[in-house]
Amino acid sequence: MSSSSPPLAGVPPRAVPAGPPGPTGKPAIKDNYLNADYGWKSWLFTVDHKRIAILYLLSVTFFFFVGGAFAVLMRLELATPEGDLVQAETYNKLFTMHGVMMVFFFLLPSVPAVLGNFLVPLMIGAKDLAFPRLNLLSWYIYTIGGLFSLFAVVSGGVDTGWTFYAPYSSTYSNTHVIATALGVFISGFSSILTGLNFLVTIHKMRAPGMTWFRLPLFIWAHYATSIIMLLGTPVIAITIVLLALERLFQIGFFDAKLGGDPVLFQHLFWFYSHPAVYIMILPAMGVISEIIAAFSKKRIFGYSFVAFSSLAIAILGFLVWGHHMFVSGQSVYAGLIFSFLSMVVAVPSAVKTFNWTATLFKGSIQLDTPMLYALGFLGLFTIGGLTGLYLATLAVDVHVHDTYFVVAHFHYVMVGGVVMAYLGGLHYWWPKMFGRMYPEFLARIAAVVVFVGFNLTFFPQFLVGYQGMPRRYHEYVEEFQVLNVLSSAGASILGLGYLLPMIYLTWSLYYGRKVGPNPWGAKGLEWEQAGSPPTTFNFERTPLVTEEAYAYPDARPQITARAGHGGRHE
Amino acid sequence: MTQEFKLLPQAASEVASSVDHITLYLTVVSVFFTALISLLVIVFATRYRRRHADQRAEQIEGSLPLEIFWTVIPLAIALFSFAWGARVFFRMNSTPEGSLPISVTGKQWMWKVQHPEGRREINDLHVPVGVPVELTMISEDVIHSFYVPALRTKRDVLPGRYSKLAFVANKVGVYDIFCAEYCGTKHSKMIGKLHVLEDSQYQAWLSGAGSGPAPREDGAQLFAALRCDTCHSGQDNSRGPSLAGLFGADVPLADGQVVKADLDYLRESILKPAVKIVAGYQPLMPTYAGQVNEEQIGQLIAYMRTLGAPDPASTETTR
Repeated sequence: MSSSSPPLAGVPPRAVPAGPPGPTGKPAIKDNYLNADYGWKSWLFTVDHKRIAILYLLSVTFFFFVGGAFAVLMRLELATPEGDLVQAETYNKLFTMHGVMMVFFFLLPSVPAVLGNFLVPLMIGAKDLAFPRLNLLSWYIYTIGGLFSLFAVVSGGVDTGWTFYAPYSSTYSNTHVIATALGVFISGFSSILTGLNFLVTIHKMRAPGMTWFRLPLFIWAHYATSIIMLLGTPVIAITIVLLALERLFQIGFFDAKLGGDPVLFQHLFWFYSHPAVYIMILPAMGVISEIIAAFSKKRIFGYSFVAFSSLAIAILGFLVWGHHMFVSGQSVYAGLIFSFLSMVVAVPSAVKTFNWTATLFKGSIQLDTPMLYALGFLGLFTIGGLTGLYLATLAVDVHVHDTYFVVAHFHYVMVGGVVMAYLGGLHYWWPKMFGRMYPEFLARIAAVVVFVGFNLTFFPQFLVGYQGMPRRYHEYVEEFQVLNVLSSAGASILGLGYLLPMIYLTWSLYYGRKVGPNPWGAKGLEWEQAGSPPTTFNFERTPLVTEEAYAYPDARPQITARAGHGGRHE
Repeated sequence: MTQEFKLLPQAASEVASSVDHITLYLTVVSVFFTALISLLVIVFATRYRRRHADQRAEQIEGSLPLEIFWTVIPLAIALFSFAWGARVFFRMNSTPEGSLPISVTGKQWMWKVQHPEGRREINDLHVPVGVPVELTMISEDVIHSFYVPALRTKRDVLPGRYSKLAFVANKVGVYDIFCAEYCGTKHSKMIGKLHVLEDSQYQAWLSGAGSGPAPREDGAQLFAALRCDTCHSGQDNSRGPSLAGLFGADVPLADGQVVKADLDYLRESILKPAVKIVAGYQPLMPTYAGQVNEEQIGQLIAYMRTLGAPDPASTETTR
């Protein structure tokens, strides 16, 4: 073990302000978690949630750029209708590995494992997560899973698509299905353990006075996400085991020739993978709530509606998986019910969007980089959400299912939504994480480049999808070329937009302006009561919470209590 | 880039136009809300921009009427789309009486088509204009999906189970057929053309080169060659149940269940005869798995459907 002292996580910080709870018997020169200890061991054996967050940051960034590299090659291939850059086999491996890397090793862990890990204890006034060693284990499991899948790439690749549909994956593909799927299987446990850790932490380790309705919306979002992680992830694990049994031992679950049912695989796969979409987007929504509040200097409009819509999404999200299977041979009546429920699950997202927009009204708005990302998120997520209605509508889905329309839709949600929020959050909490500010001007330019590049890449895909271009096509008919060229051009701009932050954020670690604890003047325990960077145990003394989240001062001096307009939730 | 750029693909059926109408509705909704949100964001971000460092916001807790308003309105818009989409979806999934039955077999990486009177084709499908067509589809290997953008319709083609795709093309022309479900290396080569012909041209085409015996005739030969007739002779004392008039009938099983003798039942009974034993008979029948391919199974079933049915046309509707 490292020389850092044992975590005090087991001690609930309920005892109201006692003495400094810091590491007893340690010299005080180590004033933050980054310089508390040195050497690789102090990182690889750390149990500090903040250091683990940094480990995740490095890992997800790595996998993001690996997944991005595959996307670059795909877009290059698709610039012409002919399959002239890479062979069909290679192309199929490219989109598969792009999907696997991005979904399982970037999108799923990005916000919760990096920002959530860093911020959940800080925001609720705890010293660490409830199970710090489990937290470190989660990172190891995740990384081993990622390397397993990466091994599959290096040793020849896999060509099933990230959805691993049987019986192609179980019987027909000659590629490294097992290694890749095993990587996904392993990393799933990381997700389960992280979800468990967050749930227990949020339940048991809130600082005195931090009642449920004083929690930042980021915490509500992570709470809802954790429920999905815990309940959904075991199903994908089971599915992968069944797939492996069929592939290795010809035990028939999915292949009709072995007596199985291929549609069963889709049911099992989407029973996890649709809720998994919400594992990605809910924490991102939490980030957006924080940024919009901080850069409007304003309490989130309809706090409790935003909080409960997260829970509503988490629950309803489990009941809509069949909308991936409207043309798969599922009964038309099942289709009817799944279509209906998919319409219903769209509503909480709409409610959130309206509340965020309403928050801006009469705010004190500052358009710094995090806010640019958040406002960009609002626009792109609106398009992503609304195009979900097309797909939830039975007759329209029959046409656009498995076309680029679907590809465009989920990239608007996943990239326009999650990645925008993740980048916004990374910029917002960057000074908290490292005590230094990123270069604002450059960052604003990058945010605009990302926004423009994103739209140019993915908007044409809605059109080409509606025209009928199926996804996962190595070659395509000529009339789709114009839109594909636009998309490829956009991708090059988008790629540049992603490289910029990578460069200037790294630069800022060494040369960025040093900042105090609260450079944004934001509300929240992480800003008001912890240093930048925070100390190993976050707070000098256990915070005592006496006000609601986002208790920014009011422009109207007379009105001090905020119970005026409706304290329904107390 | 020689093609003229068009926003919408061609529409070659009434259903296609209906789908486009729903799409138009959703697009109006989407444009409206995207414009609304963008406009509000831009107006608020400009109007309430922080002009001096200690400028305060006006704290507003929320508004129950507003929350109800923007819960109910999106729900109503979404449910309208749900109802409309479901209506058209059910129309897509209904097969009119007297549809022209065509069988389609998908395999890596081609579409094999056989018309009821025997003409076969690969990666092409010729149909008469204005006549309801019902494709009965099955895959020999992985999942495929038969997709015609001009008809705005697709259906997964599964191994081990028949799936159906019904349509009425209303415009003469040639349209793309794509495989929409990823099926392996040459997935993007699993494409073809739908040729919608005038009825007279279709009849002429049917009798052109490549025509052979009808599936039911092939099926009759197979039925004899595989010696099916020794047990399923239709005599009272035969070892297997009679097949006359079987298709579409209710079959009482040995375990007390009653099943409908549909395509999937007949297919399963050929490949896995022990799964469902007809009441009053012994499980004597051997499996024919490996001896017949999907097309031959289709031919055997086509032949069985003629047994005990004096008028073949009346047995085509299965719903």
